[in-house]
Amino acid sequence: MTVLVVAEHRRGELRDPSFEALTAGRELADATGGDLHVGVVGGDVERHAERLNREGVDLVHTVAHGEEFNHDVSTQAIAQLVEAVEPTVLLAPDTVNGLDYLPAVAERLDLPLVTDVIDLEYDEGLTVTRELYEGKVETTLSIDAPRAAITVRPGSWPQAEGTGDAEVDAFDATIDESAVRSTVTGFQEIGGEVDVAEADVLVAVGRGIESEDNLEIVRELADVLGATLAASRPVIDNGWLPADRQVGQSGKTVSPELYIAVGISGTAQHVSGVRAETFVAINDDPNAPIFDVADYGVVDDLFEVVPALTERLKRS
Amino acid sequence: MKILVTITEARSVDTIFEIDGLDIDDRYLSSDLNEWDAYALEEAVRRTEDEGGEVVAVTIGPEGVEGTIRQTLAKGADRAIRVWDEQLAALDLLDPLTKAAVLGAVVDAERPDLVFTGVQSGDDAFGATPIALASTLGWAWGTVVNDLRLEASVAHVHRELEGNLEELTDVERPAVLSIQTGINEPRHASLRDVTEAQQADIAVRDLADLGLGGDALTSSIDQTALYEPEREGEATIYEGSPEETAAELATVIEETGVMQ
Repeated sequence: MTVLVVAEHRRGELRDPSFEALTAGRELADATGGDLHVGVVGGDVERHAERLNREGVDLVHTVAHGEEFNHDVSTQAIAQLVEAVEPTVLLAPDTVNGLDYLPAVAERLDLPLVTDVIDLEYDEGLTVTRELYEGKVETTLSIDAPRAAITVRPGSWPQAEGTGDAEVDAFDATIDESAVRSTVTGFQEIGGEVDVAEADVLVAVGRGIESEDNLEIVRELADVLGATLAASRPVIDNGWLPADRQVGQSGKTVSPELYIAVGISGTAQHVSGVRAETFVAINDDPNAPIFDVADYGVVDDLFEVVPALTERLKRS
Repeated sequence: MKILVTITEARSVDTIFEIDGLDIDDRYLSSDLNEWDAYALEEAVRRTEDEGGEVVAVTIGPEGVEGTIRQTLAKGADRAIRVWDEQLAALDLLDPLTKAAVLGAVVDAERPDLVFTGVQSGDDAFGATPIALASTLGWAWGTVVNDLRLEASVAHVHRELEGNLEELTDVERPAVLSIQTGINEPRHASLRDVTEAQQADIAVRDLADLGLGGDALTSSIDQTALYEPEREGEATIYEGSPEETAAELATVIEETGVMQ
């Protein structure tokens, strides 16, 4: 069988989840002795093709059209590429942009679609694994169809490395401009006074804190540690802390010496943004996925543990 | 202006639960208005409060979800539609393309100016229905919208990308817009609104009402297993009183040397 991976780029650079999707695609192709193709739409496609020629890639399809991602262009180009290549599995990264065109391709070509997949197997048919209920449960799904469209979760596969001997094919997609009904007019950085990515010590607070007033107990912990206060998404959405404090996929990626997660469940969107040397989690739910990534944890009420920890550290 | 808002009743799992075959028993599950949909609803209600018009909330689900759909009426939706029948009940998995086919038929019947959805639902988190719906309708779309300005023929949206970056995009109308959390502050319904919503009629439609035959619901995706994931990490979990566990954590923190 043939696996077709769609690569993603932004502001001139291929994004890491593209190379992770190549690894997932190669594993799948190996399961049946098949070929791995990769497609890239727009930007400097020749330079992208060189970088995408990683070990195990058999063919790179380039579609030269536009500089930045446009979902209407990608939908048309990838749908045409799928009809030409006829892959058994179409793979894309489960990113904001991957999810912005692949469902339309699937709908247009009547391909079964499964998103946010964390594992793939092929044995006389495709079986995928995904999480439910914020990672507390996993489910496997079997897909009984000649072809399928899948998005794979960033961070679930290592990036493909090395250099392959792929051919490069300039694919001549026909883009109907009248069907391009969205126009990207620019980008905007969400900045602020605090750069959590620069901090050596972070105390991050999540939904478990329950109210803005309760932030005081984590502020006290941060103060005694000389740490920067950070947060997961719900705290930002509630307006309890400004957006520059957000850690995770839509916020900043951080790599502190010490990361203390307080009342954070640990969704993939959050933990994908944390690369801490020492990771501590305090949460009252023993099934919270945060304990999968933590080095040290306490399963208990944060309103009791955090003040006790602050007091203990004051005496240090 | 008429805005149709798609609504999901999202389920969450209690701290302690058991898996029975392919299901978790209802006694371990809580249900509520999907968090993302609450923001989508609020955004729609604010538009019609400013400019006039109607907000229609649409959900796919059995009678048991009516408590959730009534929340949308209490929070400002003018009407609510619930789609359900035996064919839908028999489905193993309500995947995004199937949802899009059903919701697309509702849009065809209601002919709104815009459709707002949440970016994803908190339980299955497919995040694909808004785009599949737009594709079904042949409409334009904008996803992960965290800022929105509407003009007569275009929606100016900010799309939230990864890493504190936003994309500024103009989307032709009519469009399906998936709304990100944080775009507004969803209102709390007053007791009076809640009481009125309890009395409101909810229109129930089956697939035949929407002109959909049974073949609209063929899915080749089957759920084959449901299980608690193996814990990947090797976290050291401290047990004891808060003072005892705090002392253990303090030792760990001191050993990192960050408190010099």
